[in-house]
Amino acid sequence: MTDSLVLAKQTLLEPGGLDESDLDRVLGRLAHPDIDYADMYFQYARHESWVLEEGQVKNGSHNIGQGVGVRVNSGEKTGFSYSDELQLKALTEAADAAGTIALRGRNRTVSAAGHDAVTVEPVYTDSDPIASLEDSAKISLLERVEAEARKQDSRVREVIVSLSGVHEVVMLVRSDGQMASDVRPMVRLNVTVIVEQNGRREQGSAGGGGRRDYRYFSDRLALGYAREAARQALVNLDAVDAPAGTMKVVLGPGWPGVLLHEAIGHGLEGDFNRKGTSAFSGRLGEKVADSQCTVVDNGTLPHRRGSLTVDDEGTPTRNTVLIENGILKGYMQDVLNARLMGVGPTGNGRRESYAHLPMPRMTNTYMLGGGHAPAEIIGTVDKGLYAVNFGGGQVDITSGKFVFSASEAYLIEHGKVTKPVRGATLIGNGPDVLTRVSMVGNDLEFDTGVGTCGKEGQAVPVGVGQPTLLVDELTVGGVQI
Amino acid sequence: MNRVSAAGAVMDVDLRDIARDVLHLAERRGAGQSEVAVGESSGFTVTVRLGEVETVEHNRDKSLSLTVYFGQRSGSASTSDFSKVAIEDTVRAACSIARYTAEDPHAGLADPGLFATDFPDLDLYAPWNLEVSQAIDMAAVCEKAARDEDARITNSEGATVASYSGREVYANSLAFLGDTKGSRHSVSCVVLGSRDGGMQRDYWYTSARHPEDLESGERVGRLAAQRVVRRLGAQRISTRQCPVMFEAPVAGSLLGHLVGALRGPSLYRRASFLLGELDKPVFSPGIRIHEQPHLPRGTGSAVYDAEGVRTRERDLVSDGTLAGYVLDAYSARKLGMVTTGNAGGVRNLILEPGRLDFDGLLKEMDTGLLVTELIGQGVNTVTGDYSRGAAGFWVENGLIQSPVEEFTIAGNLKDMYKKIVQVGSDVDMRGNLRTGSVLIDDIAVAGS
Repeated sequence: MTDSLVLAKQTLLEPGGLDESDLDRVLGRLAHPDIDYADMYFQYARHESWVLEEGQVKNGSHNIGQGVGVRVNSGEKTGFSYSDELQLKALTEAADAAGTIALRGRNRTVSAAGHDAVTVEPVYTDSDPIASLEDSAKISLLERVEAEARKQDSRVREVIVSLSGVHEVVMLVRSDGQMASDVRPMVRLNVTVIVEQNGRREQGSAGGGGRRDYRYFSDRLALGYAREAARQALVNLDAVDAPAGTMKVVLGPGWPGVLLHEAIGHGLEGDFNRKGTSAFSGRLGEKVADSQCTVVDNGTLPHRRGSLTVDDEGTPTRNTVLIENGILKGYMQDVLNARLMGVGPTGNGRRESYAHLPMPRMTNTYMLGGGHAPAEIIGTVDKGLYAVNFGGGQVDITSGKFVFSASEAYLIEHGKVTKPVRGATLIGNGPDVLTRVSMVGNDLEFDTGVGTCGKEGQAVPVGVGQPTLLVDELTVGGVQI
Repeated sequence: MNRVSAAGAVMDVDLRDIARDVLHLAERRGAGQSEVAVGESSGFTVTVRLGEVETVEHNRDKSLSLTVYFGQRSGSASTSDFSKVAIEDTVRAACSIARYTAEDPHAGLADPGLFATDFPDLDLYAPWNLEVSQAIDMAAVCEKAARDEDARITNSEGATVASYSGREVYANSLAFLGDTKGSRHSVSCVVLGSRDGGMQRDYWYTSARHPEDLESGERVGRLAAQRVVRRLGAQRISTRQCPVMFEAPVAGSLLGHLVGALRGPSLYRRASFLLGELDKPVFSPGIRIHEQPHLPRGTGSAVYDAEGVRTRERDLVSDGTLAGYVLDAYSARKLGMVTTGNAGGVRNLILEPGRLDFDGLLKEMDTGLLVTELIGQGVNTVTGDYSRGAAGFWVENGLIQSPVEEFTIAGNLKDMYKKIVQVGSDVDMRGNLRTGSVLIDDIAVAGS
């Protein structure tokens, strides 16, 4: 038995007096010719956060959540129920409620034949991040970060620093005899700086984290976030109105990869493609990007925010090629959509918690590096926009239209980066934006570990990355016509 | 049979007893003040897609959240586990956090003189005794109406019927205890259409606290289909400056940005584009935005806020002038003001409708853009800078000419609020931020 499975049983089963034979009996209630698949997802999550404002930590919070979700698939039908009580009675009731999708008032006991535990090398530590640092040391870290931000410039008015950690233990028991467990850490440090000059105020923020413990935040890293947040805010004090209209856009490396997440990623999730509701439906094998573009979704990168050892259905994550040299190669799948499409799952079945149904979701989505130096790329642009930091984005997967909003951008004039411009939303069409990529940089970077993706009301942590990219035509939503 | 009555109040232990126990435990641990919210809700969601059941979800949730104050130091903790051990752990966690937090002169419960003392029944609770099989039938009827509406409806993401009801007790150590039950039911439908290789998707929904206030499933389905079909064949539009009319369902977002800038934390952090604008003109003259927390059956209705403070009807904007902020006790103290009873947010914020209906407002615009969808988060509360992706229709001579997409609209909210020309009488009553369509003069549109 793996260490994580031992811990999972201790955390999730033993307190409520459950053992594996109970789980077999509950799954046995769901054994029926009409039922293709069933699973039980046990989850325990402990979360803490500390916020420093006006130089002081004024509040902290602590949350414990636990429960079990029972899901039953019959053809394209899904029945789902959950309970926040990890006890046999509640589990049985949840299973019966979920099972009514296919069963009608029956009660047959079939014992399942043991379970095979999925064994895969973890891609992160199983230690509890919340316990990795004394509370007093957490507060002193926040104070050092605050002081660093304040000392950057006399125009810094407000500094808000937050630190959060999650210790999560999950266990999957499936009707096909598989069993999996995972112990998932997550930490995050974030800094927001507000600066003021002659009555004009601007905001900058920076941060990072990943599936690690708090010791990841060395002073070198943490104070760097403080300097970066202050720098962004100060740059924006001098920003002029952004241009409006279609132009050449150079996207910086790293977090601007949110472009790929919105323009390409969501449209390649298996559920939309099975249902034929994505602008990418039925386009496998077609050219959807310039041949310099190769895009992957990779859940196996060690310690990254979007990474998982196994997904929320117990499938080990992998590196899935979505677009290879411009050709659409693959979709991201969970168990249900893979079965219905006659392909294998790709380790992309994810859910916000035990109280939510899993669906195909991204992990870390990024474009591989190309052959051009970033300076060379900027040098080719006579007039355009250089966008290096972004807020969020959104996509309409059916029409393919996507947006992402720049929070730090500059004009490019005659091959040189010049004036900063105010934030503006960029809009494009997913299926053709990558066909307009004319240069791919050799500087692949990942984001610092800040992304959260929302889909059908469920939030999950994700990562993005890309090298510097030149898009020949993208619409910039400024005000300067 | 599996009867899914969403009567969430069926429980072993009364929520009031749990709340009192928590306050008592906190006091025993030395907390000078404490407050707790304990809630339980249950319900279901069923979705029918292409005539077949797609999902049946049963929901039952519990939550308990606590804040303790040791002098002026505070700590918070929450749990979904109501066992004695878990509750004790939660109280201990909150108290432990308060050991490390700093003295904050503004921390603490609200002034007890402001607590609600009257608890009129706002008629917010009406569980729906609906079997899952009936809900499935309703969803099927809704989706069929959508798919039958037009031959160009070629696919579906399904029709959904959902029902939730629940109860929440808020109590604090200054002897306030509030106990509120509420319910919410909805029918929604998302369908797709295609023409010439291009696909469009749109939706409609109805939502109410009482089942009998819902629109019919057929109507929801037909409206969803009509909203898709009218978008088919959308083209790009060239970059220009022109009037923009926000259709009522998206115009509520303009009120959302206002609330974001008037919230206490935005103000005391100096992170609001409306800092220092109290009692000054912020909207065009004649614009009135009022809060009506006591509307019977209202989406956002509440007798008291999340700190027990009585809510009251008031103008947030009166004749274009900013008349108030959106404050809780803490942010009010920081600003040297009095709480506005908005802990937890605004409740039924209403932009007073004008005389023109939807068609009348289109005529008033004459030539410009009707925006029916907004995407992205391109709004900066600190500066008021606004730039969002949009889709909609080009309008000439007061009549819709053709669907347009893949453009942005941009400006600064301070400026946009002052350029509101008219508010329509076509009020969207479904949400907590209610408005008719809003016509704004002269906005930058970036397109091809």
